[in-house]
Formats: sequence, C-alpha cells, structure tokens
Amino acid sequence: MAAPTRDREPRQADAAPSRAPAWTARARRTVRDPAFWADWTVVVALIVLVVVFASLSDVFLTAGNVESILVASSILVVLAIGQTAVVATAGIDLSLGSILTVSSVVLGWAHAGGMGIAVACLLCVATGLLAGTINGLVVARGKITDFIVTLGMLSVAYGAALVISDGRPVRVQDQFLLTLTTGSLGPLRYNVALAALVAVLGHVVLFHTRFGTHLLATGGAPEAARAAGVDVARVKIAVYAISGLMGAIGGILLTARVGAAEPTTATTLLLNSVAAVVLGGVSLFGGRGSILGPVAGALLLTALINGLTLLAVSQFWQPIAVGLVVIVSALMMRFRR
Amino acid sequence: MAVAADPPILALRGVSKRFGAVRALTRVDLDLQAGEVVALVGDNGAGKSTLIKSVAGIHPFDEGEVRFDGEPVRITHPKDAADLGIEVVYQDLALADNLDVVQNMYLGRERHKALGVLDEESMERSARETMTALAVTTLGSVRQVVAGLSGGQRQSVAVAKAVMWNSRVVILDEPTAALGVAQTHQVLQLVRRLGDRGLAVLLVSHNLHDVFEVADRIAVLRLGQKVADLRADATSQQEVVEAITAGELADAAGTEVDAS
Repeated sequence: MAAPTRDREPRQADAAPSRAPAWTARARRTVRDPAFWADWTVVVALIVLVVVFASLSDVFLTAGNVESILVASSILVVLAIGQTAVVATAGIDLSLGSILTVSSVVLGWAHAGGMGIAVACLLCVATGLLAGTINGLVVARGKITDFIVTLGMLSVAYGAALVISDGRPVRVQDQFLLTLTTGSLGPLRYNVALAALVAVLGHVVLFHTRFGTHLLATGGAPEAARAAGVDVARVKIAVYAISGLMGAIGGILLTARVGAAEPTTATTLLLNSVAAVVLGGVSLFGGRGSILGPVAGALLLTALINGLTLLAVSQFWQPIAVGLVVIVSALMMRFRR
Repeated sequence: MAVAADPPILALRGVSKRFGAVRALTRVDLDLQAGEVVALVGDNGAGKSTLIKSVAGIHPFDEGEVRFDGEPVRITHPKDAADLGIEVVYQDLALADNLDVVQNMYLGRERHKALGVLDEESMERSARETMTALAVTTLGSVRQVVAGLSGGQRQSVAVAKAVMWNSRVVILDEPTAALGVAQTHQVLQLVRRLGDRGLAVLLVSHNLHDVFEVADRIAVLRLGQKVADLRADATSQQEVVEAITAGELADAAGTEVDAS
C-alpha cells in the first residue's frame, strides 16, 4: 500500500529498496504502532524471554528443560483459566489458591481414610465446586463485592484445610496419581496433556457456545445482557463454580506432583494466576479476554522462574522479577485499542 | 371507522405504577395498532420510561390491564414480553459494546447445535438478511465489534435486533438522542419502514421535530397521566407543547408526584 509514494520518485540508486515487498513497509508501520505491542504483549514477552534465557544458558532450550517448564506450568495454566472465567465477568477470585489447598487436603484425607482414589478425587472436585458455588451465590444473589466474598473464602477454605488435616501434611501414595505426574501421552506428560485439554475446552466454551457469549456480555455490558434476557446472576454463579473446579483440578495435580496433600497457603499460585490473566490481556473490567493469552502468561511466568533458577539467581529475587514483569506488561496494555 | 376494525395489537387499560410513595403512572390508556407509529412524548419524569419498562416486563404495572390481540396478558418478566413479540430498543443499554453485531442481535437467543455450540453460519446469514430487508446499507461487516460503530449504525443494529424475532410491537426509547442530522434522518426512515411493514411502533422522544416527521399519532404524558392523544396530521407542535407543559390532569393527586 505504501509502495506508490516511493514509485513516484524513481532513482537508480533506490532501485533495490523500492523493489522491496510492501510487507516491509507494513511491518515497519506495525512495529511502530504501540497498539500492536499491546495486543501481543504476552507473546512478544515470552519470545524475548526465551531468546534471552536461551542465549544465557545452554540448558534452557533442551528438550528436558522445556518439558520441565511445561510440567511446572500445568497447575498455573489450569488456575489461570479458572481465574480468566471470573475476571472476564469483571470479578476476581482471591480464594482460588485456598480452594486448591482445601481440595487437595480433602483428597489426602479421603485417601488416608481408605477410600479409593476415584472417590477421593471426586470428593476433591466436589469440594472445589462447592466452595466456588458458595462464592458465586454470595456474589450474585447476596450482591456483595467479589473482592470481599472471595477474600473471606480465602480464609475459610485455608482454615478448613488446617482443621481437616490437623495442620499436618498427609502422604498420598497412589499409582493413579503417580502415573498422572510421570506418565506420558505421546510426547506430552499426562499433567501437561490435562492442562492442554482444559485450555482447549476453555477456548471452545468461551468463544463458541451460548454460555461463553453470555459470559462476555455479563462482563462487558451487564445491563444490556440483562435486557436481552441473559440470566446474569446465573452466569456469575457458574464462573465462580468453574473457578472452584479449576482449583480442585489444580489440587489433584499438585497432590500428584508432591506426593502429599499439604495445608499450606498457596498465595504464590493465587497471585500468579491473577498475574497470568493480566499478562494474557484479559481486561479486569470484564468482557474482554481470551484463553490463549492467560495460558501464554502462565508459561511466561513459569519460564521466567525456570530461567532465573538456571542462571543461579537467588530465589529471593524471583518474586521481584515476577512482579516487575506483571507491572510492565500492565502498563503496555494501556495502549490497547 | 368502527366497521370490523381490528383490535389494537397492544392495549393498555388504566395501568398504574408506584415506586414507594411516588406515583409514576396513574390510570393510563394507550392503544397500539398494526402499521401505526405512535409517539409517546412528555417532559422529564412524565412517566415515559416507566411505561415502556413496565410493558417490557422489567417492572410490571401495579394495576390495570394489558391486552395483546384483545386477550388480557400478564407481563412480569422480559421473557414474557419477548414471547408475545414485544421488543424494546433501549436508549443506552441496547447493545453490548464488547460483542460483535451478530452476537448482539442474537444475545440471549443464540441458535445452537448440540452441547450449546453456536451455529455461527446460520446466525450470520440471518443477521445479514435482516439488515438487507431493512435497507440498512451503511454497515460493513456483521462481524465487527459494536464499539467501533457510529451512533447511527448502532441504532440500526439495535432496531434490526428488535425486528428479527417476528416481533409485532417495537418500542424505541429516544432512538435519535445522540445522533447528528444525517444519522437521525436515517434512523427515522428506518422507524417509518417498521410501521410500513405492519408492526406497531411506539416511539419515545423528546424531539417534536422527529415526532412530527414519522408519527401517525402522538400521546402526551404529564406527571404520570395521559393528557392528550392526537392525530399527527390534525395537530400542531404548538398544541403538543401545551399538552406537555400544561395538559389538564384528570387526577389532581398527580401534583404531589415527584418522579425524577
């Protein structure tokens, strides 16, 4: 498109550049457009990070390390998808980490009590769904701010985990969980495959179902949604239930990986789930977002921590790095169209 | 005149609505005939918004009767109104900015296949057909996000959304409020076409110029009561303005109304 301006003043010396395809001009314009960087922040940042770490460390891009990044990110990916569902309705789930903890502890308690692993996992999932549904009911029907409700649930769920476990970790030795964390489906470890499956399902639900459209409408224009007959309250209850379910799946994955159910605060996981969502370009005001973005955000945060560890940077620096990345990328989002 | 006249599609008989101590509407009668554009005018707080929200099922009337095709009906939920074929185009909350044109037109009534998976193709096709049928030509792609549309385009989408459902009554709340001259004209033409297609149209407006351009009949509300019901070709702006500001109230209690 920009070619004609050049063609009007043909000079011999310019022959070579003027024959350059139009896409270079377009690419130059794109690169100078802040909105482009804003829309693709997380992908650009992920690529930059991979290039930087790959040049600083020989190990970073080896198959083994890439696999360990994927495995380490699988829990965060699942949590970020749950958080995305809530944030896309202009809410936030601060209890996600605690729901993971209490679900995991319920799994351990059921397993230690001699129930089969299937029953234990079902109870774990039921716990997450119950906590999430309570969040949703209080937010939607009780009309209390999401921030306060889920902050309360954060404390309740963590406390419940302490009560059930009596404050002690429970060892969970089980073949199914061991396979989940060490076995492979083709090139993908089972836990990575599970996270990928959740991501694909999340994408389909958000962009290709009625529920997904209603979710985005609830977040972006609640009044218009209500006037169009969308049951806004039910959508809200559903997203908190989904978030709780994702917390429970995260709980199963964590229990499998650690080989124990621990009643510890999963504050880092909670903060990182919000960070992944923000990095992924999901608007905190609701109505705008994707699944791919937060998944890339979760990968980015995990790769960042992995890379810093490989470079022998003290782990005390890691939270600082994570926080800075989140703040800088949030600043870049401001340039979004 | 009275020979075999069809009953009005929508008839309100003595409808009232209170909010606590405030009487927002007092015993209002209103008929909407097929093919007729009726303008509902009145000052701020006259009860226009209350009336359309009650008809739409957002907050039902306290008293009085609503008849549809001559049959008494109860409208207590937006879905009841939609099921009857009553569609409302709200002034500011008509569309979800973050969704595209097709998503907006089908919001709450999406066509879907198994497991709630959307039938995008068929929705896109009918959205385009509706636009063509209504001669809305200014819109480009039906897949663009509504936030990027002009005011006139947005109103056109909102109106098209309302008539896509074999609706029989379309209520428009200040459809030209924020529009420029050319876009206002375009939307008013669209409103006229709805009447010509046999729908009953209720146009709520502040702008008497707009009202006289498209309406067949003008109903005037003042302090929650209907104070005039005039044929547009047999009245004048002067007469309508007098009714709005000083129309005679049947019920003196109207003076204590503070419907802000």
